[in-house]
Amino acid sequence: MQLPTLPKRYHAASIWALYALGLLPAAWTFYLGATGQLVGNPVKIFEHLLGEWALRFLILTLTISPIRDLFGVNWVRYRRALGLLAFWYVAMHFLAYIVLDKRLAFDVIVEDIFKRWFITIGMAAFVLLIPLALTSNRWSIRKLGAGWVRLHRLIYPIAAVGALHYCLSVKVIGPEQLIYAGIIAVLIGWRLVRPRFMAMKRGRRPQYGKLAAEIPRTD
Amino acid sequence: MRPYRPLAIPASEITPEASYFQRRDILRMAAAGGLALAAPSLAFGTEMLEAKPGGYDPGEELTPEADVTSFNNFYEFGTGKADPAKNSGQFNPRPWTIQVDGMVGKPAEFDLDALMALGLEERIYRMRCVEAWSMVIPWIGFPLASLLDKVEPLGSAKYVAFETVVRPEEMPEQRGVFQPLPWPYVEGLRLDEARHPLTILSMGLYGKTLPNQNGAPVRLVTPWKYGFKGIKSIVRITLTEEQPPSTWNKLAPNEYGFYANVNPEVDHPRWSQATENRVGGGGFFGSNDRPTLMFNGYGNEVASLYDGMDLTVNF
Repeated sequence: MQLPTLPKRYHAASIWALYALGLLPAAWTFYLGATGQLVGNPVKIFEHLLGEWALRFLILTLTISPIRDLFGVNWVRYRRALGLLAFWYVAMHFLAYIVLDKRLAFDVIVEDIFKRWFITIGMAAFVLLIPLALTSNRWSIRKLGAGWVRLHRLIYPIAAVGALHYCLSVKVIGPEQLIYAGIIAVLIGWRLVRPRFMAMKRGRRPQYGKLAAEIPRTD
Repeated sequence: MRPYRPLAIPASEITPEASYFQRRDILRMAAAGGLALAAPSLAFGTEMLEAKPGGYDPGEELTPEADVTSFNNFYEFGTGKADPAKNSGQFNPRPWTIQVDGMVGKPAEFDLDALMALGLEERIYRMRCVEAWSMVIPWIGFPLASLLDKVEPLGSAKYVAFETVVRPEEMPEQRGVFQPLPWPYVEGLRLDEARHPLTILSMGLYGKTLPNQNGAPVRLVTPWKYGFKGIKSIVRITLTEEQPPSTWNKLAPNEYGFYANVNPEVDHPRWSQATENRVGGGGFFGSNDRPTLMFNGYGNEVASLYDGMDLTVNF
């Protein structure tokens, strides 16, 4: 299977287009909510939309390396943008919660964070994302070296916690929650079998060559 | 398909166009002055419903009809707030009968005409959802006590159990792999709560028969309790000696009690019940948060039902 790749001269522009496109759902829904076009409970609709897009971008961030492993297509150049979009959506989700939903009533917010554990873990995931966002630049990668890779492995527990936060926030866990949780479970599960898969993939090629040479001629 | 049988509407009752276009003004006046509503417009699937003023009005601005009929919890039609309005078009609430049985002297079936004959009143009630949003709704209905009187409850009857219709062919969430709740949806009240003058069976809102998404053709309204007690599309009412099951209580007993009285001091485990968002109005910045009132503001009428009970235990 061959996935499409862009000519190199469009790479930078495509990354900026991804940022613009990625922020569009938030901007559009904010516009609808601010102008009174969201029916019912506009604050909750906006808040939940931001949370769902945060999960979508977390998922997309985690699919980049399996796509490279399985299909040989390198989209790593988009991973920083996807990860940062996830971070910005989580940040906006948090801001919508404290500003629009709780109207900066800090006593209520603090009580929520310590008393309601789906909010506690959601907050924890947000806090853990901050160092990843701050070190998402070349200077940090160079500076931190192997430590950078270790630090950014935090994305796995963050994604798992994000899915759990979503499941615990609803009255009845339905197909939407199970789909997000399932995709994230598969993407984390992939990391566990990946070393074996890669060894197989790398190990076999030369072996096949050798075997072919050794097959006795039958003519 | 069942044959469609419209209610007979005399020509004299058909709203003149001029009055029709005055609707908003009249609603505004009604909200401001507590007047009875007049000259309703007809929405799809509903018919005009005559009712005498019932004398209940909290004196707060009515939630716009568009919000009352498009922001609903009715899991038989979907778990999203917009789903019931979207997915209930196939539901046919006519003809309809409610079976009333159990510990009663005269078990009986009531069709819609028999229910309407119990005397329809318009009552404006606050509605507080357990999810911390609220509305003000002009219901049309009759006191549940009037229906119970007809069947003559036995002295041993202590509770009233309610059951929603099961029609997988018309209710999409009652079929398929993911069904959000066990069916039928069931609810219950203590007999004294059921007989309380505030408790009504509603057959309409905003001057018309109930839209499907609001629980057509008959639903329960108990304004001092969280909205999930207001069971919709009722087909059976049974008087019992034991406390009957209620759907949400069975599903998550730590989150939803049998009583489910509105109480700002007893939080839902996952959110505060101290405040509520009044649905409708102008988006993020016109959004209308207000403190939640004990018994949803109906404490004078109902608090005595719970004398001596610990409401943090019996939530």
